[in-house]
Amino acid sequence: MIDVTILVNGVPRRVPADLSLAAALWRLGIHRFRTDRDGAPRAPVCGMGTCFECRVEVDGRTGVRSCLLPVREGLRVELPA
Amino acid sequence: MSAPVLARRLDLVVVGAGPAGLAAADAAAGVGRQVLVLDQAPRPGGQIWRHRPGDVLPVEARTLLDRVRPPRVAVACGASVVDAPGPGQLIVDFGGRLAAVETGAVVLATGATERLLPFPGWTLPGVVGVGGMQALLKAGLPVAGSRIVIAGSGPLPWPVAAALHHEGAVVEEILEQADALAVARFALSLIGRPATLARALRYRAATLGIPYRTGGWVVRAEGTDRVTHAVLRVGGRERRIACDWLATAAGLVPRTELAQLLGCTVHEERIVVDQRQATTVRGVWAAGECTGVAGDRAARVEGTIAGLAAMGVERIPGALFRRRDRERRFGELLAQRFAPRRELRERVTAETILCRCEDVRAGAIDPAWSARQAKLWTRVGMGACQGAVCGLACRTLYGWDTAVPRPPLGQPPLGSWARALGEATPPSATPPSPAPPIP
Amino acid sequence: MSHPDVLVVGAGLVGAAIARELARAGLRVQILEAEFAGAGSTGAAMGHLVVMDDSPAQFALCQHSCARWREWLAELPAAAERDPCGTLWLAADDEELRAARDKLRLYHDHGVRAEVLDAVQLAAAEPALRPGLAGALRVPDDLVCYPPAIARALIEDAVRLGATLTVRRAVALEPGRVRCNDGTTHAAGAIVVATGAHAAALLPGLPVVPRRGHLVITDRTPLRVHHQVVELGYLHSAHTMGGASVAFNVQPRRTGQLLVGSSRELVGFDGRLERAVLARMLARATTFIPGLARVPASRAWVGFRPATPDALPLIGPWPGMEGVWVATGHEGLGITMATGTADLIVAGLTGAPPPLDPFPYRPDRPMAEAAA
Repeated sequence: MIDVTILVNGVPRRVPADLSLAAALWRLGIHRFRTDRDGAPRAPVCGMGTCFECRVEVDGRTGVRSCLLPVREGLRVELPA
Repeated sequence: MSAPVLARRLDLVVVGAGPAGLAAADAAAGVGRQVLVLDQAPRPGGQIWRHRPGDVLPVEARTLLDRVRPPRVAVACGASVVDAPGPGQLIVDFGGRLAAVETGAVVLATGATERLLPFPGWTLPGVVGVGGMQALLKAGLPVAGSRIVIAGSGPLPWPVAAALHHEGAVVEEILEQADALAVARFALSLIGRPATLARALRYRAATLGIPYRTGGWVVRAEGTDRVTHAVLRVGGRERRIACDWLATAAGLVPRTELAQLLGCTVHEERIVVDQRQATTVRGVWAAGECTGVAGDRAARVEGTIAGLAAMGVERIPGALFRRRDRERRFGELLAQRFAPRRELRERVTAETILCRCEDVRAGAIDPAWSARQAKLWTRVGMGACQGAVCGLACRTLYGWDTAVPRPPLGQPPLGSWARALGEATPPSATPPSPAPPIP
Repeated sequence: MSHPDVLVVGAGLVGAAIARELARAGLRVQILEAEFAGAGSTGAAMGHLVVMDDSPAQFALCQHSCARWREWLAELPAAAERDPCGTLWLAADDEELRAARDKLRLYHDHGVRAEVLDAVQLAAAEPALRPGLAGALRVPDDLVCYPPAIARALIEDAVRLGATLTVRRAVALEPGRVRCNDGTTHAAGAIVVATGAHAAALLPGLPVVPRRGHLVITDRTPLRVHHQVVELGYLHSAHTMGGASVAFNVQPRRTGQLLVGSSRELVGFDGRLERAVLARMLARATTFIPGLARVPASRAWVGFRPATPDALPLIGPWPGMEGVWVATGHEGLGITMATGTADLIVAGLTGAPPPLDPFPYRPDRPMAEAAA
């Protein structure tokens, strides 16, 4: 399988192509896609675009549902610290 | 993916490329019409036929996917409807680029989503829907060696367990919230449906060795940064079990946000349709799970009827209606046998988060309120999902109406939405005339 | 059972404020509300507590009301989302900057804190704005709040103080009583009609019409806006009785969201979103805050401002019927003026000295259409 490089908080990471961004991030060991107001982590739930729990900032656009977005070369994703 | 080149005005836009949508598009293309199919996912197929290149698909899926593709049918994946400024007008987000689309007719084939009900710990990473688990798996989530508990309802847990098992996950157990009698009665009814029975047996064979328990559900999930344990209640006893994933939902429920945005009547969670799959809004038809969950066979025949009806075909073969009605009865049976049990509604404590987007806890809510009152007073349902999750949960918990979403759907960038609205031609007083009838 | 001293019809923010203050003054109060506190225009409103100066009477009531809000908000629950962010009135060019300086003098003459920012100061105060604006008038004591939560809190306060809440829709006024849609009648010593844009349905001839407005709220965003920012051009578009107008008006919410306005149209109670107006409104907003274009838009809605021909509210006894009082017609200032309106109604009903001259707001005044 071909790999692509995505930038996670500026750090290049190799992930297999043909993954959704949500699956790719989890594969990288990331379980904190966003945080609630108490700082608790949130991560994908529905996998199909209804719950909005997997939303992240992609290429400067906030609120992108990572479960609906395939990874691609050079994609920049910003996650909470 | 960029917007497909749409040379002519479209006769039909089909929203959703699952079995219903593909069948509708196929039927409309079969009578020579210009059709565009939209789907949010990267590839057509819907949830049931969600696949990645190289995956093996059932023959009925391959057949439809082969027929519904350019040049016969325009297909836009990674595309979702954002707004409907006027009759026959849709603002579509084509993978980040918004554009106005004009069409003579719309078939909604938006499928189903899951009834996700709140319980303590349900917001922990690793707690997902049952279909959610399946979708993530099909999107490339690695699960080999992961310990997974499935606590769901109805037929869906089976293919999900089978797929997880096939990928090397350790499915610890499958809990069915309905009790043994309901499940037995459902199983008996499969005798009259050999194809469904064969499918069920195939999944059971693929999951031999995985404990299956009826009358069981999740009490709470535990963990700090992600789920580490699930507390289950089966047969009157509580049990704590270690897991990496907890896949849980109370069955499927029609996905109706777009229908509501278009003004279609939704009753008892389903888009209301007539004999010919027409919704209550002129120029809009609906087919498949969004009109009531009844499986992919119902979805396909309804899609065919809707595609033909939307294109003005007067004489639709009676056999299609008879098959549709038969499949619909199966759907009613599903709904009856796997209705969410009372105990699922009683798991919520004052501290349990009800609205995941706005972090509203159940203690802030008075069940005597209306959905709108709760929204304005506490922000329940005010967040990004516009109540797609908590609206359904509150309906199940408190009997509230589901909130009607406000435009835009899916949170497009404000500037893109504004530009697309500006580009949409002002709606005429009457909707664009549908294609002339085909006798 | 004896009837209450006062029946307040409508638990929007104006009605809620009146009910709470009447109860606080020791009167027996009954509140009649069709749905729930804040269900109408209050729930659709921006929640900008702002001093406006179209006329001396408007300025006086705004100034008094904002001062009162600063007292009230100190005691309201956190759900009120009090944000003392102030207002920036943006001057696009030198002509508007001159207008800002004129306003500055007026504000100072009346003891309202304000300052004029030049282009450089403005860019520093509000970096999200596009470059090239001439400056702004900064009014630091204006506030932002969340109206429906306040309406709820005030009604709950009133009930704690002995008021009763009846959830019924009032359909007709009769001498000394109100008839509801279920046929019940509710008598009281005095009746205060505070049903906003719907008031004319109970009081035929009352010069109030709904003026529709659109709003859009964004998702939580890292894009920071530090004040409620409004174009000075708003003042020209705000109070004409003509066709649809849009103006730049963006409000930061305590949640990290941005609330984007505004539009004004006279189309009756048509609750549909007019996409052409929305498109213009949003396009205008992005010309002032270019970064807004990339922020996810969560949802849009419309609300109905109770508008009067002379852009002043109707507060006081209604000459058409003995014992009936009116508190509506605030147009876009109902949230701001709720406190002052309550003070005037309480003074009127109790005979206490009013905190400011009620004469300009009397409902039976002769009305010329406000100059554009």
